Amino acid sequence: MREVAIIGCGMTKFGRRGDRSLIDLMVEASVKAIEHAGIDKKRIDALYAASMLCGELTHQTAIASALADELGILPAAAERLENGPASGGSAVKNAFLAVASGLYDFVLVTGGEKMRHVAGDVITDLLATMSHPTAEYIHGVTLPSLAAMFARLYMKKYGVTRKHLALVAVKNHANALKNPYAHIHRPLTIEGIYSAPEAEVNNPVVADPLRLFDFCPVTDGAASVLLCPAEKAREFCDTIVVISGIGHATDTLAVHEREDPTILKAVRLSAEMAFKMAKTSPKDIDVVELHDAFTILEIAESEDAGFFEKGTGHKALEEGVTALDGDLPINPSGGLKARGHPVGATGVAQLVELTWQLRGEAGKRQVEGAEQAFSCNLGGFGNNVVSFVLKRVR
Amino acid sequence: MAESVESLLSVDWDVPRKPYPPKYVILPTGEKMVVREASRDEVPTLLRAIKPLLDVRTDYYDIVSARLYAELLGWYRYRVRNEYCLVGVVDGKLVGIVNNRLYDQKTCISLHTITLRRGRRIGAHLFAAKHEHAMENLGVEEILITAESPRGFRRWMLEWGLEYRPGVQHELGGAACWVLTRRNYYEKRSKLVFGRRPVPKDLLEKSMELEIITPDILRRESD
Repeated sequence: MREVAIIGCGMTKFGRRGDRSLIDLMVEASVKAIEHAGIDKKRIDALYAASMLCGELTHQTAIASALADELGILPAAAERLENGPASGGSAVKNAFLAVASGLYDFVLVTGGEKMRHVAGDVITDLLATMSHPTAEYIHGVTLPSLAAMFARLYMKKYGVTRKHLALVAVKNHANALKNPYAHIHRPLTIEGIYSAPEAEVNNPVVADPLRLFDFCPVTDGAASVLLCPAEKAREFCDTIVVISGIGHATDTLAVHEREDPTILKAVRLSAEMAFKMAKTSPKDIDVVELHDAFTILEIAESEDAGFFEKGTGHKALEEGVTALDGDLPINPSGGLKARGHPVGATGVAQLVELTWQLRGEAGKRQVEGAEQAFSCNLGGFGNNVVSFVLKRVR
Repeated sequence: MAESVESLLSVDWDVPRKPYPPKYVILPTGEKMVVREASRDEVPTLLRAIKPLLDVRTDYYDIVSARLYAELLGWYRYRVRNEYCLVGVVDGKLVGIVNNRLYDQKTCISLHTITLRRGRRIGAHLFAAKHEHAMENLGVEEILITAESPRGFRRWMLEWGLEYRPGVQHELGGAACWVLTRRNYYEKRSKLVFGRRPVPKDLLEKSMELEIITPDILRRESD
């Protein structure tokens, strides 16, 4: 297998993007990635487009064909990948395989979603279709309700409190303030969402015990990476970032069928695979992007990915270990919580952020000296997870 | 002749006025929002602040701002009786407006709530404040409430557990009418009505500036 590098990254501003269509957003991110790489677009062999809900929400299917045409990269191969909120990670994994195998040399991966124009209950319902159709969905289960039950169990078992959940939100909103691409540029304070009497109104219960600021926003946006064999990467950049490890694992669709529902087994397995492939370990990772669609997930994933012992992630958070200036910064981009979560784009956006971090291009949120990075892109409620390890090559 | 007609058309308060004692609340951002009563002299500023929203269809800003504009203008030009208006001010910037009016000393009619900064629960605090004023300062028995947007319905009717009152016509038009009774209000008060008094002098003085901001909803890539 050939070693594979990320030579270009691009992102749109995430947020409410009523000014742009989905295809426009995906074009913008793609063009930025192509320009970042400094490559002649005619050299692109293939395009993988990731979108979970483009047909349902924007009435556009076969979006990879449209994107290839709009970008002027015909006759490049083009296909769309849909794997729930892990669509972006899946698309990058498949692009990696295409390059590593020698099938293609230059592959563009662009994830995008446009969701803000649709009513919240419609979005919640569409996302809930990821759950088990007969064991969960028909009983009214939604992703927020699964997260709430997961959080309650987690609190009972490991001593996580509402304050810990609020700390995740405060941290990630603070990081997003340093990210010009983030959806939410608004600080939060522990006083404002947790300890002041007004927090009762400021941060109301949505799905007990989870409150408003425990949830990621619904976001429009797109992100793009350009892959090529590492041996060709030097032509395009001085600092080369390679995908050194990939892991991909699944778990039961119905959460209640898991032996211990507080363990995200697919996160654990996919992380182990990624670290093994990269010949590295969690202790050697400098910066992390986790899939914090709900604040509790950042804590749980930080444990199941191997960074902290099970049941201690909240303590590391409390001690500032996961802060931007901590020993292991988690979600310097702001995470899904504040950078935003256009579902098909998220897995790609995580890798954009980490590539920028490893190349020293992350601006005010730069983690100094970062050499290895880890991302976890979670599909469903942990039933389909793609993890990556990236490495800077001197 | 014109003067005599004007005296027929001109209305003002015909019930005893009771000022709203200003308060401040802590927002999720940690910012302090002063909630205070707006004076009639400030209406031109309020109108300028909401005018850009008149054709913003998103989240029903158009209909809410158009009606609020008319209500405030009516108050300013003495065409609406017994109207009160509260404003939310953060660091001198006008971030939200709510208004209501007394039908009589027992009945208040909730009119509109608009936020110029979103995502900070400003509307929730201002909505609570106008009911606080009506119930606790003006001493009304009930407040008639309707909503023009699904968001408003969720926020107000469901969050406050309002009583549906079929057969009663809210003066905003044909929409269904709900009622906040004194019992409802005091049941919900501890969970929904917050604020600190007195407002420190410098904070209150700053809140008098009423700087007009570009409403969040008009920012192209808004939150």
